[in-house]
Amino acid sequence: MKRTIFRNQLLPWLLLAPQLAITFIFFLWPAAQAIRQSFLRQDAFGISTQFVGLSNFKALWNSPEYLNSLQVTAVFAVLVTVLSMGFSLLLAVAVDRTIRSSSLYTTLLVWPYAVAPAVAGILWWFIFNPTIGIMPYVLDVVGYDWNHISSKTDALALVVIASAWKQISYNFLFFVAGLQSIPASLREAAAIDGAGPVRRFFDITLPLLSPTTFFLLVVNIVYAMFDTFAVIDATTEGGPAQATNILVYKVYFDGFVGQNMGSSAAQSVVLMGIVILLTVIQFRYVEKKVAY
Amino acid sequence: MIENRPGLNLLAHLTLMLGVAIVALPVWVALVASTHTATDFMSGTIPIWPGPHLVENYARMLDAGVSTSGTPPVGTMMLNSLVMALLIACGKIAISITSAFAIVYFRFPLRNLAFWCIFITMMLPVEVRIVPTFQVVADLGLLNSYAGLSIPLIASATATFLFRQVFLTIPDELTEAARIDGAGPLKFFRDILLPLSRTNIAALFVILFIYGWNQYLWPLLITTSSDYYTIVAGIKRMADAVDGLPQWHLVMATAMLAMLPPVAVVIGMQRLFVKGLVETEK
Amino acid sequence: MASITLDNVGKVYPGGTRAVGGVSIDIADGEFIVLVGPSGCGKSTLLRMIAGLESISEGTVRIGDRAVNDIEPADRDIAMVFQNYALYPHMSVRQNLAYGLKNRRTPKAEIDRRVAEAAEILQIGPFLDRKPRALSGGQRQRVAMGRAIVREPAAFLFDEPLSNLDAKLRVTMRLEIKELQRRLRTTSIYVTHDQLEAMTLADRLVVLNGGRIEQIGTPLEVYRKPASTFVAGFIGSPAMNLIPARAVPQLPGSAHAGIIGIRPEDLTIAPDGPIAMDVLAVEELGAQRLVHGQTGGERLTVTMPSDAPLSDSLRLAFRPGSLHLFQAEGGRRIE
Repeated sequence: MKRTIFRNQLLPWLLLAPQLAITFIFFLWPAAQAIRQSFLRQDAFGISTQFVGLSNFKALWNSPEYLNSLQVTAVFAVLVTVLSMGFSLLLAVAVDRTIRSSSLYTTLLVWPYAVAPAVAGILWWFIFNPTIGIMPYVLDVVGYDWNHISSKTDALALVVIASAWKQISYNFLFFVAGLQSIPASLREAAAIDGAGPVRRFFDITLPLLSPTTFFLLVVNIVYAMFDTFAVIDATTEGGPAQATNILVYKVYFDGFVGQNMGSSAAQSVVLMGIVILLTVIQFRYVEKKVAY
Repeated sequence: MIENRPGLNLLAHLTLMLGVAIVALPVWVALVASTHTATDFMSGTIPIWPGPHLVENYARMLDAGVSTSGTPPVGTMMLNSLVMALLIACGKIAISITSAFAIVYFRFPLRNLAFWCIFITMMLPVEVRIVPTFQVVADLGLLNSYAGLSIPLIASATATFLFRQVFLTIPDELTEAARIDGAGPLKFFRDILLPLSRTNIAALFVILFIYGWNQYLWPLLITTSSDYYTIVAGIKRMADAVDGLPQWHLVMATAMLAMLPPVAVVIGMQRLFVKGLVETEK
Repeated sequence: MASITLDNVGKVYPGGTRAVGGVSIDIADGEFIVLVGPSGCGKSTLLRMIAGLESISEGTVRIGDRAVNDIEPADRDIAMVFQNYALYPHMSVRQNLAYGLKNRRTPKAEIDRRVAEAAEILQIGPFLDRKPRALSGGQRQRVAMGRAIVREPAAFLFDEPLSNLDAKLRVTMRLEIKELQRRLRTTSIYVTHDQLEAMTLADRLVVLNGGRIEQIGTPLEVYRKPASTFVAGFIGSPAMNLIPARAVPQLPGSAHAGIIGIRPEDLTIAPDGPIAMDVLAVEELGAQRLVHGQTGGERLTVTMPSDAPLSDSLRLAFRPGSLHLFQAEGGRRIE
């Protein structure tokens, strides 16, 4: 709260007007529409609509495809988060040990942040291309026959790798910042108490890093659930056989390609609920709770 | 570092080199692929070292593109991406900084409501309200336009909160001194707040430029005319089209061009980039 | 230049907290007034109401013959020096000084003349083109004063301007402010919690406590005749001994006073003195020593020359006429 304020009454509204106008027209109104539509059903020709209560939601609950999508999303989000955060933490801890060359390594590790998810998808799609990609060639040597066009596991692995790769730099930067904020004296004290490097990592560093870790956990789940649309669309398009059809992709597909407005709107509402939940968790707990 | 253990240091360096290699692998492969011709892929695997066709492939993509894919030349798409990224970055900064100014420095009825309206945008990513938002943009006649590409994306709770945070750290005394010096709200905004937020604006710009450039779903939906295709959205159309006729060298050249500007921004302005990234997440 | 009149001024915050109440002061043109009191006594709030940075909930503030309650700070013809200097960090010293004048559309030549003049007075000429962060604390302090001077206002308002400086510099700057005010003869209101600063600077002191005025007077008046036990304890260092009268029934006046006050410097060692003190601790200050002890179960401090003889128990006499008598209830002075 500011002590000093200006007394003008009209000016603040003028200053807020552009932001509020855009928020109303492109955020609140469409969100309200989505909620409204989730209670309606259109006939096959789009001529008449009728109020159907919660039946769109019930239909989702009874749809094996939607339940599959929920499960795929959960598996996908967990894999992306664990893979990306694990790899990033390893790199961050290593950088924290090097002194002179840490900024060089940082430069070499941060740029994937700037690569569009769609482009990341295309790059990995190419590397894993069953006919000309180098990874299937390498895997063939160890006896694995990679084919993400027909194998559900391979397809999921591909989108997980592409999505996790893109997020490495983000996690890395925050882990490095988190590590640097741990006072050196604590680790020195532990060293004097006779703890070796590995012990120190698990007894001192990891617990003190928990605010960063928890924050990144939420951010990565949000990323995996919503920002990976482009990765999926640029590569597997949800296939094969729904194996990579995550929730945001399904909303898009059912709405635009399938033209099933009621179901798509109901899915939107469910997603909104998930985002709200994640945002609340982020604001309630990330800010201060998991701290020492 | 506490004790000197050469073995651990060596391990750290090896880990990092491996990490850098893994991170760089896809881009290296793309770069290599983009320097060969279509016939080089016929052998079954992609070459490991760059070939001689770099200039030829990139020049072709920049000013002609792949006509069969229905996409315009990459040069045109990059220009569209640039316009969109700049409009989004500048637009977000402009409307967020004025909103934050209003919220921090004024007390007016419904101030909290306004604050919540802005906050709520954080919970409504475009992916979850995609169909009705598309409908609104279509009704407003904004399909296939730069306005349609940028305006629906420029509301920003994150940027507003960032500026709010910046303003809250500016001492009250400075505002009071300015008031005694005869500066009204707008003059104070221009003469004191803007200059003091300069580095925050620059840092935010870096993040938002990348955000804008990398937009995918939105441009994919609202651009049906190839005149407005952006490169990130266009590359997928191109990859789809070449699926039957493998022109991977051209797709990879496009991919390289698509990531060049934002990657250059991150590497060239690394300090601002890191600052922006950390600040927007507070 | 102008007189300033506060007439029954009060401040009540939304929510009902009262910060200041019933404050009336007449400040003459050219006078140096110091508002002094412990933190939270309302002195800063009062100053900020005069400046126009806080709204005035009760009473009237006049600058010259104009009521300024509803006038913007910029139009009150005052200048303010802030505790943390509040220099614009992105502007050079010159721009900092000129900013207020520019906003008032003062002609360029006039701005240059006034900035040069202020720089001359404050000896900040060499730093005019530097940014504030390139200056030392004392230099920033001068620039902050320069910003006030160039405006040539009717009054200077100082809000604890020296509290961010180290002890030595504070003494130097205190003197500079005093000399500057003598020279410019601009009405000044100065807020501090440091009683020594208040004593040395003020033409008149206003001692505040709990949002109300305890006493107004010249430094010597306040020192010699503190109006209450609060003032007695606040002004003067070491603080006045305030002893319940029943603990020292042998002293004159103890029959009808609740509390008796004696300044440590008014007590002397005398073999037949009326007060017997058991010594608890001794603090050496060099020229003097402070002896802390007990009499009749009450704490007592005595200032004595450093060559005075010491023993575990002392007999003390007080200088004639140096006893202060206060009521038990409310602690008001009894004449």
